[in-house]
Amino acid sequence: MNIHEYQAKRILKNYGIPVPEGEVASNPAKAKKIAMKIGGNSFVVKAQVHAGGRGKAGGIKVAHSPDEVYEIAKNMIGKKLVTHQTGPEGKIVKKVLVEKGVKAKKEYYLGVVIDRSKEKVCVIANPEGGVEIEEVAEKNPNLIMTEYIDSFWGIADYKAKKIAKFLGIPAENIVKNLVRMFFELDCSLCEINPLVETEDGEILALDAKINFDDNALFRHKEIAQLYDPSQEDPRDVKAKKIGISYVGLDGNIGCLVNGAGLAMATMDEILLAGGKPANFLDVGGGASLEQVKSAFSILLSDKRVKTIFVNIFGGIMKCDVVATALVQAAKEMGIKVPIVVRLEGTNVELGRKILNESQLNIITANDMREGAKLAVEKVKEFEQEAKKRRSKKKETYV
Amino acid sequence: MAILVGKDTRVIIQGITGKNGSFHAKISKDYGTKIVGGITPGKGGQNVDGIPVFNSCEEAISELGKIDATCIFVPAPFAPDSIVEAADSGIPLIVVITEGIPTIDFIKAKEYATRKGARIIGPNCPGILVPGECRIGIMPPYIFKRGIVGIVSRSGTLTYEAVWQTTKEGLGQSTCVGIGGDPIVGTKFVEVLEMFEKDPETKVVILIGEIGGNAEEEAAEFIKKHMTKPVVAFVAGRTAPPGKRMGHAGAIIMGRAGRWQDKVDALKDAGAHIAESPSEIGLKVKEVVEKYGIK
Repeated sequence: MNIHEYQAKRILKNYGIPVPEGEVASNPAKAKKIAMKIGGNSFVVKAQVHAGGRGKAGGIKVAHSPDEVYEIAKNMIGKKLVTHQTGPEGKIVKKVLVEKGVKAKKEYYLGVVIDRSKEKVCVIANPEGGVEIEEVAEKNPNLIMTEYIDSFWGIADYKAKKIAKFLGIPAENIVKNLVRMFFELDCSLCEINPLVETEDGEILALDAKINFDDNALFRHKEIAQLYDPSQEDPRDVKAKKIGISYVGLDGNIGCLVNGAGLAMATMDEILLAGGKPANFLDVGGGASLEQVKSAFSILLSDKRVKTIFVNIFGGIMKCDVVATALVQAAKEMGIKVPIVVRLEGTNVELGRKILNESQLNIITANDMREGAKLAVEKVKEFEQEAKKRRSKKKETYV
Repeated sequence: MAILVGKDTRVIIQGITGKNGSFHAKISKDYGTKIVGGITPGKGGQNVDGIPVFNSCEEAISELGKIDATCIFVPAPFAPDSIVEAADSGIPLIVVITEGIPTIDFIKAKEYATRKGARIIGPNCPGILVPGECRIGIMPPYIFKRGIVGIVSRSGTLTYEAVWQTTKEGLGQSTCVGIGGDPIVGTKFVEVLEMFEKDPETKVVILIGEIGGNAEEEAAEFIKKHMTKPVVAFVAGRTAPPGKRMGHAGAIIMGRAGRWQDKVDALKDAGAHIAESPSEIGLKVKEVVEKYGIK
């Protein structure tokens, strides 16, 4: 799970990691008020969206008076910010973080991640901050220090000292606290980029990103509450509510599959057949009637979807049961787009018979590849018909 | 011969009185697996389809004697503790079906179990199946046929797909291992490949990977250096967008790490035979078998 910068900074502050003075505002008047409270003549206004690349996209601006803060906040709040990470549709800015301007002498990078290959939590440090760490890792790996953390002991003092020395700043406690936070809150990534040394010799986390392990949210209720649906694809939000594993994409073939690996492979097969998937959807290994229905409801509420491809491997779940659920769901929900179904596994013949006798617009495929091809054909037919309808309409108006 | 388990493997099931535990205990037992007991704290003395239930692993072992493997169906918040308990009891093989274990918990549980000399398969996996001999986990038995193909996979239903296709091609499987879809798993591709390389019954291997992490790249390096047997590989997630978790906790491209193309390139470079489409895994194996004159 992602959170906003202002939320991340609050958490860092609670863990004794200094951040610039500042507060979050959801309207320009509040933003101005915060600036007045901070005082001075240098402020930074930062758009709060779940995406990187804000600076280049105009989401971070410097102001010299509370009035200027007001104007900047007015132009940011309620607007969409498009960065290289948001995609062309951008992300809505609901809040801005107003901070005291900081004169940085030097920028550093400090991050904690899980190294999947070494199976350990590790600290990554770089005395050159403000740049993308992956790029540095690729081009100049010797600039980076990586220290692995014992899962039971946590970070040893000597390691924190070593990292601080490598950075060249008195950041030993910041390193220790960041690692402690990572373990205590079940993070999957924390990144302070940049960590700065100010002209007054203060060490501050100027920007921060924290991601949490979704699987551990059950024991961090206060963090689970920070979930912000306004930053997600509305289709994903709906699926999450229903409890279905779903990721919205930009194609037009809706996929309904059991199992995550098969769901990914189904999308790949559609691509190979010359089509584009509208989504990833894993209905679960069991695929009960209720699950199939709610999965359909998500696909149907997506206007992009012009054909549905159902790909089920009936393992423990028998194909006839899946077929019955499909037919019932399709009848109850009045599905208008073509449905291509590929069933394989236990009682497959019975399952196909149920689909064929259902008198619904269901096309059965013998294997995954054929299913993908049929779905792509149906989409093309659907688009051509739509075109014809449009041109007919024009004629009648003329 | 098979790998990891066989017809004499004595298995217990932790979480046997739950819905999934009891359902799959029965299927495994009917398949011929030696399911000798089950564990649910507080329910000792009961039985599930004639399988005796105990309160703890310790209790089960004192009653039943040596246990070779356990299968964990315990819910995610409690599963790490079940792993520790099994490891403390000296059970050498711990198969974890449970999905949703926090990553840091599993890192610790794996370190602990490894120290005790136990091997973990999973979590978030369908288990292990040796056709006609032993079923630990949730794989559907009827799709299998004993044969020459060793299958190792990060995904469940996609594994069944590969099993089904090799069964239809008449090749059959020696052992099928689901290593799980989490970011960190107890046993990785490389370790299973090593076992398949040594197993005389396995003549060809299917590796099913997916986006996220670098387990496929590690596997590629092992294949290049140590595998004499042909490997057919399929990697799922060609169309997966970066930064999104595709169902499995481990199936996520983070920045430049875990991309599809890198995995396929590495496997290709290592001499693995790439199945471009999930539908052609079986055909590809057949092709390889014919090409190498494998019988």
